[in-house]
Amino acid sequence: MAKIPKPNELVIDHTLPKTGWMDTPVDFRPGTWCYPGKAKNLEVLGLPNPREWSPTDEDWKLPENWKEILLEGLRERLDKFRSLKIFMDICVRCGACADKCHFFIGTGDPKNMPVLRAELLRSVYRNDFTTAGKILGKFAGARELTKDVVKEWFYYFFQCTECRRCSLFCPYGIDTAEITIIGRELLNLVGCNIDWVVGPAANCFMNGNHLGIQPHAFKDMIEFFVDEIEALNGIRIEPTFNRKGAEILFITPSGDVFADPGTYTLMGYLMLFHEIGLDYTWSTYASEGGNFGFFTSHETMKKLNAKMYAEAKRLGVKWILGGECGHMWRVVNQYMDTMNGPADFLEQPVSPITGTRFDNARSTKMVHLVEFTADLIKNGKLKLDPSRNDHQIVTYHDSCNPARGMGFMDEPRYVIENVCNNFYEMPPNTIREQTFCCGSGSGLNTDEFLETRMRGGLPRANAVKYVHDKHGVNMLSTICAIDRAVLTASMDYWVPGVGVTGVHELVANALVMEGETERTTDLRGEPLAGMEDSDNEDV
Amino acid sequence: MGIESSLIAVIALAAMVVLGVKVAGLAYFFGVVVPYIAIFTFLAGFVYRIIGWARVPVPFRIPTTGGQQYSLPWVKQNKLDNPSTTAGVIGRMALEVLAFRSLFRNTKFQLIDGPKIVYQWEKWLWMAALAFHYSFLVIFIRHFRFFTEPVPFFVHMTERVDGLLQLGLPGVYLTDLVFIVAVTYLLLRRLILPQVKYISLPADYFPLFLLLGLGISGIFMRYFTKVDVVKVKELAMGLVTFHPTLPEGIGVLFYIHLFLVCTLFAYFPFSKLMHLGGVFLSPTRNLPNDSRMHRHVNPWNYPVKTHTYAEYEDHFREKMIEAGLPVEKE
Repeated sequence: MAKIPKPNELVIDHTLPKTGWMDTPVDFRPGTWCYPGKAKNLEVLGLPNPREWSPTDEDWKLPENWKEILLEGLRERLDKFRSLKIFMDICVRCGACADKCHFFIGTGDPKNMPVLRAELLRSVYRNDFTTAGKILGKFAGARELTKDVVKEWFYYFFQCTECRRCSLFCPYGIDTAEITIIGRELLNLVGCNIDWVVGPAANCFMNGNHLGIQPHAFKDMIEFFVDEIEALNGIRIEPTFNRKGAEILFITPSGDVFADPGTYTLMGYLMLFHEIGLDYTWSTYASEGGNFGFFTSHETMKKLNAKMYAEAKRLGVKWILGGECGHMWRVVNQYMDTMNGPADFLEQPVSPITGTRFDNARSTKMVHLVEFTADLIKNGKLKLDPSRNDHQIVTYHDSCNPARGMGFMDEPRYVIENVCNNFYEMPPNTIREQTFCCGSGSGLNTDEFLETRMRGGLPRANAVKYVHDKHGVNMLSTICAIDRAVLTASMDYWVPGVGVTGVHELVANALVMEGETERTTDLRGEPLAGMEDSDNEDV
Repeated sequence: MGIESSLIAVIALAAMVVLGVKVAGLAYFFGVVVPYIAIFTFLAGFVYRIIGWARVPVPFRIPTTGGQQYSLPWVKQNKLDNPSTTAGVIGRMALEVLAFRSLFRNTKFQLIDGPKIVYQWEKWLWMAALAFHYSFLVIFIRHFRFFTEPVPFFVHMTERVDGLLQLGLPGVYLTDLVFIVAVTYLLLRRLILPQVKYISLPADYFPLFLLLGLGISGIFMRYFTKVDVVKVKELAMGLVTFHPTLPEGIGVLFYIHLFLVCTLFAYFPFSKLMHLGGVFLSPTRNLPNDSRMHRHVNPWNYPVKTHTYAEYEDHFREKMIEAGLPVEKE
C-alpha cells in the first residue's frame, strides 16, 4: 500500500500548471494509479493483449497496430452511441462542471475537471474525425493520438468514478461517465485495464461473484451469519440455495458476504426475509449483484449481467429481488432489460406480503429491496422498535448510481425514518441528485490508489463532518456495498468516530421478530441505548 | 494563443470587407454573393449535422435522473427532473432549453484550510447565458423588419417592448445593451477565471469576438453613423425575394456587419455553436427514466459468450454435492 499523508498534511493545491494541458505530461506518482490487469484475468474474460506490464514502464507493450485499433474502435463507437457522438461535438467549455467533480476538488489536478477529462478524448476525435481538426490541428483543439495520450487516458479514465455528478450540472447533459466508460472500453482494446476491475470481473465470470467465492464456501459463509443471528436473538434461520420453485430469487453484491460492515446488512436481509416468511432462494451461480464488467466494457457488463435472468429462468422463480448496491442498480435500471431481456419468463413483481404490484418494475421484473421494505412498512407489516437504534445518530449518503441513474431517493429515507429516531440530513447540495461520490466507485476501491481515493472522498466526508459536528452524527447509512467498504476507510481518515451501515442493518436492529429473546446489543454486538451495563450477558 | 489569434481573425474579417468594398469594388460580392453562400452553408450544414447525429442509434436509456423516480404510489415523483412519461420529458426539455435548468443548479466551491469545503451561490453564468441568448433572440426577431413587407405584428411588438426606455433618438433598445454586457461578461470570465481560461480554446474565443463585432457594428450603425435603413431594407428584400439589387451609398460599416453575420452563419454548423441542435438530442436529458417499465431496444444488441450454469456446475459439481447444494446432473 502506498504511504499516505495525514489529513492535515495532505496538500490540496488548485494552482494551475504553467504549461497548457496538452503539454503537461502525466506523473505516475504512487498512490494515484491502480495496478494493471493481470494476464490470467484478461484471458478468462477473453480480453485482448494479456501481458505483464506496469504503468511506470516506458514501454507498455501495446500491440503493434495499437493506433489503428484505437482509432478504429473510436470510429465504431461513434457510429454506435449517439451519446458519444453528441458529447464529442457540443461541449462549449463553459466550465460549469469543473468544480462539481470530487476528484478535481480533492486533487486540484485540472485534468480532473470533467471538461478536460472529456477533452482528452475529444482532442483525438477532432484530429481524426473532424474537418476543422484535420486542417487547423492544435488551433482547433486537436492533437495526434500518441502513446503518451494513451498513458494519459489510462491515468484519468481510471481516476473517474463514473458518478455522473458533472452530468447533472451540464447544460447539455454531457455525461463524463459515458466518456469514461467508452474511454475504458477503448483502452481495453489494447489491453490497458486495472486488476481491481478485471480481477473481480474474471472471478464473477467463472465463480459467480467478484470475490471468487465457490458455491460450497458461499453457503458456508451465509450459514455463518445464521449462527451469528441465533446468538443474537435465539432465532434459527434456514436460508435455501439454488432452490427450484422458489417464488423469488434474491441477488445482492458479494461484498456483503465477505467484509464488515456489509455483513451486518446481509444479516439484516436474512432476518427480514425470515420474519415475513418470504419464499425466496439464494443462488451460488448468480451470487453477485454488482457488475465490474460495467467498468470494463459494455460487452463484459452484458456477459456478467446475463446470469441474473439465466438463473431466474433455470430456477423458475416469478421475479427477482435485488439487494442494496449502487452500480448494480444502474445496470439493472438502465441496461439489463435492454441487454439481456425481455424477461418474458418472469411475472410482474407482486409483494407476497402486501399484495402491492410493482408497476415501476413491470418489464425488468426486478425490485429493489429498499422499495420492497418501504412497502412493507407502509402497509404495517413489520413490527419495529426504532429505539433499538437510539445509540446511533444517523445520516444518509445517496449512492451516485441509485441517485443519478435511477432517482432512488425517498424510499431509503422513508425506511430509515421508520427504524431510527435520530436522523439528520447533510447539506442540500451534497445529497440526493447532488450527492458526492464516496471517491472509490467504478472499481477504484483498491489500496494502492488510497491517496487519490481519500482526496476524492473529501467532499463527501466534509459534509459528514458538518453533521457530525453539528448534530453528533456517528453513523453514515447507505445502500451501496462499495460505499460500505470504502466510506469506512474514508470516515476513519477524515471524520473518525463515524461508522458506516447499510439501511437493512438498521432495519434488522429495529425489527421485532416473533419468538426472539430480548436484545441487549445491536447486530454488531454494541450495547443498545440503556443497556450499556449488560453488554456481556449474551457472550 | 487562442485569445489574440481569435481577435486578430475577427479584425481581419472586418479589414477584408473594407478592402473589398472600398478598394476592390466588391460590394456586390459582399452584399449579395456572400449572404447566399452563408445561408446555404448554414442550412445545409445544420441539416447535415442533425442527420449525422440522428442516424446514430441510442443503444441504452441513460437519463441523468435529477429527482425522485416514479415509484410506489405514495412516493411523490419529481416529474420534471426525473420524468417517466413523454409529457414529463417535454417539460424537462422545455425547462432545459428555455430556462437552462441544469446551469441554474450551478454552485461554486471554495476550499478553506482544514481542509474544509464550502459551496457558494453562483448564478452569474446562468444569468449571463440567459441574458445573452434571449437578447440575441430578440435582436434576431427585430431584424425581421428588414426582411418582411408588411412587417408582421410580433416584430413591431418586440420593437415596442424592447424600446420601452424611450431614451435618445433613435430610441435605445434594451437588448442592445444587455447583449453587449452579457457577451462581454462571457468573454471576461474566460479571460479572468483561471480554470475557465485553462480549458478555453480558440474556438471558444472566436465566436465571442465575432458576436462582439456584430453587436458593436450594429450599434454604431443605428445610433451613431445612422445607416440608411431604407436602402438596407431594399437590399434585404432583394435577397429574400431572390431578386437581388445593390442600392448605392450604403456605408462600409453595414458591409462589415453583414459579413460578420454571414461568417457566424457559415461557421455555425461546424462549431460548438451546434449545441443549439445537440441539446435536443442529448440522451441524458431527452429520454424518460422508464426502462424498468418498458424495454428499451438496442438495434445492435448482439449475443455474447457467457459462462453458463451448466459450465459452472460441471466445474463445481463435486463440491456442490458435498455441500448439499442441489445439482442438475448427479
